[in-house]
Amino acid sequence: MFKNLSLMALAVVAALAVAIAVAVPNQTAQAKTFVYCSEGSPEGFDTALYTAGTTFDASSRAIYNRLTQFVVGTTDIEPGLAESWDISSDGLEYTFNLRRGVKFHTTDNFTPSRDFNADDVLFTFLRQYDENHPWHAYTPGTAWEYFNGMSMPDLIKSIDKVDDYTVKFVLTRPEAPMIANLAMDFASIVSAEYADQLTASGTQEDMNQKPVGTGPFQLVDYRQDAAIRYKAHPDYWRGKQAIDDLVFAITTDASVRQQKLLAGECHLMPYPNPADIASLDADPNVTVVKQEGLNVGYLAYNTTQAPFDDVRVRKALNMAINKQAIIDAVFQGEAEAAKNPIPPTIWSYNEATVDDAYDPAAARAMLAEAGVSGLSMNVWAMPVQRPYNPNARRMAELIQADFKEVGVDVEIVSYEWGEYLARSKELDRDGAVLLGWTGDNGDPDNFLAVLLGCDGVGGSNRAQWCNEEFEELVQEAKTVSDPATRTRLYEKAQMVFKREAPWATIAHSITHTPMRTNVTGYKVDPLGGHVFEGVDLR
Amino acid sequence: MLAFVLTRLLLLIPTFVGVTLAAFSFIRLLPGDPVLALSGERGITPERHAALMSEFGLDKPLWQQYLAFIQDVFSLDLGNSLVTKRPVLEEFLTLFPATVELSLVAMTLAVAIGLPIGVIAAQRRGKFLDHTVMTVALTGYSMPIFWWGLLLIILFSGWLGWTPVSGRISLLYFFDTPTGFMLVDSLLSGEEGAFKSAVRHLILPSIVLGTIPLAVIARQTRSAMLEVLSEDYVRTARAKGLAPIRVVGLHALRNALIPVITVIGLQVGVLLGGAILTETIFSWPGIASWIVHSIERRDYPSVQGGLLLIAGIIMLVNLAVDLLYGLVNPRIRRS
Repeated sequence: MFKNLSLMALAVVAALAVAIAVAVPNQTAQAKTFVYCSEGSPEGFDTALYTAGTTFDASSRAIYNRLTQFVVGTTDIEPGLAESWDISSDGLEYTFNLRRGVKFHTTDNFTPSRDFNADDVLFTFLRQYDENHPWHAYTPGTAWEYFNGMSMPDLIKSIDKVDDYTVKFVLTRPEAPMIANLAMDFASIVSAEYADQLTASGTQEDMNQKPVGTGPFQLVDYRQDAAIRYKAHPDYWRGKQAIDDLVFAITTDASVRQQKLLAGECHLMPYPNPADIASLDADPNVTVVKQEGLNVGYLAYNTTQAPFDDVRVRKALNMAINKQAIIDAVFQGEAEAAKNPIPPTIWSYNEATVDDAYDPAAARAMLAEAGVSGLSMNVWAMPVQRPYNPNARRMAELIQADFKEVGVDVEIVSYEWGEYLARSKELDRDGAVLLGWTGDNGDPDNFLAVLLGCDGVGGSNRAQWCNEEFEELVQEAKTVSDPATRTRLYEKAQMVFKREAPWATIAHSITHTPMRTNVTGYKVDPLGGHVFEGVDLR
Repeated sequence: MLAFVLTRLLLLIPTFVGVTLAAFSFIRLLPGDPVLALSGERGITPERHAALMSEFGLDKPLWQQYLAFIQDVFSLDLGNSLVTKRPVLEEFLTLFPATVELSLVAMTLAVAIGLPIGVIAAQRRGKFLDHTVMTVALTGYSMPIFWWGLLLIILFSGWLGWTPVSGRISLLYFFDTPTGFMLVDSLLSGEEGAFKSAVRHLILPSIVLGTIPLAVIARQTRSAMLEVLSEDYVRTARAKGLAPIRVVGLHALRNALIPVITVIGLQVGVLLGGAILTETIFSWPGIASWIVHSIERRDYPSVQGGLLLIAGIIMLVNLAVDLLYGLVNPRIRRS
């Protein structure tokens, strides 16, 4: 009996061994198929409905174009589907001259009968802008969150078709970042003709599932949570891409992405574990490209609550923080200490500001001067990982230890992420909040006005800081289009910020993108996206 | 037998009501809401928040939301995902075969190995082989799935290059998947090497997912066999001079199987729990990882619909086990 059962067990084990043994390595990549191990599934393919970078990578950056666009690898703006534009002298009218001969994708369910024109631009924006537009609520809970988040409904007065290839945006107030705003993902141009076809067939939801754009790649197939397949758009207006097929292999775990990259199962991966970067860098088949992120991590005091309404207290606490220790422990050294609220990669970054130096003795003295002793406060630690703060709990613990040195007791608090974001906005919120920001469009306004402007109090301005001098500078910079003048205004605004210290600026992180050495033409996007236009394989 | 089946079926009703309540309230007990999760750090004004909550029907009293959910359940419509906007049932049915395929292979592996080694251990009670097998089983049972999975990937995919790292099939293959079961679809596709690729992709995830059930089945089989082997009728059978294989394989094993079948049935729930981690590690597009993502996004319809469907499946499997139990042991269906 024993013999028989042993034989049975042996047979099962042997069968397994055979199954593993027949598993010959299969690493041959099909010619010109580029595989990207993406970190998650897209929520859908109609970009304007969403706010997540993962969705943008899979939709707007591969499938669509915008009127203006970012030069890949920079935050500079270049013409996209608009060949050129004119801005009226009062800064209220933007007239776009559209590119001719741009073809939309031909897919299984759509064959375009005409080229891109002004109707597509109007459709793209009016469906987000006009509450009575038939496509405004085409799926349940259609939120157009980015369009609203960028205050476009208040900003746009009208969008008019001048002729088939000319469109005019009329604004309610001058807004210098408008051109940069139109390069953002939510402004991806969709086909009005396709929309008409979907309306006629009663399949409007296909706009989100079977996208049609003008971009470098067109969607072939999406297997939920598994893979997205694209092929190069044969009639792309900038020329067909060198790679024939683009595949997103959805791989949520960073360690597994790394193993896939090392095994040659994919060519490029985002978001490696910080601890694995050194070993990836050491692999002869892998190159790790570094890029300073367009982000800032900060600790925002509530400047409306005592004792944080006293600039001396804020300055003293800033001086108590050992930023280098945070960068070493939380970022594994892969970050730069922040002194300004905008990262050095953004134009108008003020080199001349002087950071509050780490000096616990001076901090203690300044607290005493402000009459503060025995202070207890909360420091809020985000429950999620972000490029600007990969481990908020650890960061909060280091700050707790630093503040203890100067006689301030810290209790660390945290909430579920949605709750954290909502509660940290409250005007009477206690203590100081760890948070950060990754830029949307490379414009300083996207940091300074959004995060520190008076309109953001009770919202995205977590310091609840409304400083008249700062506000005037930032508002004026919105109204002028001359870059040199805007630079001067933003430089001054950064000086005011540093003097008033509503935040302790912590760090600008460095992003790492590991890729196989045979990848050419890939440029790391400072805006955090993953763009495969222009990529090739050696 | 009919009365036995009917009783078991009737018992499903209160369980089903409980399950709908649990599925509905679980996600609502978590802090945060779908609108906050959708808007991210860019934030949302209180007015827009209220407007969107109203659009999703989440501003209504809880009992109304629950009734609406139950109404949907009876009309076999679980609503649309708040995130992807696709019907929940459609998403579930797309991903479910992947989980079933993985679980079936893992369970087959667990039974095929766990049962014989449990019998062997019982036969060699107190001997070196028994101790070895049980120590290995205990180790397997205690192994953190995430760590175990990564270890196997690093060894077999990274160092040895024998198995693929993750996914269900090589990206070189691209064909329709009418059944959703990759082993079947790869054969149907007629593409050369597709089936082999699907098998290779199943090896590591099924080992990882099957490890804990394997250990449990081995331990349960051993103890059940030990109990049965000491029974009088086994001694009688031996005394009558029956061949050892007939005594153990026919008389003892059949009776020892009853508690083992129960354990195998209970392992279905364990498998789904293990599938969450296994699917995450191996980028396996199944329902377990889908539910987790839906919870993270506070996608209420997906979570409540998904949980209800999963619970329903577990209920049906347990029902099947109960009925099987009755078939194996006539005393049970009579009691």
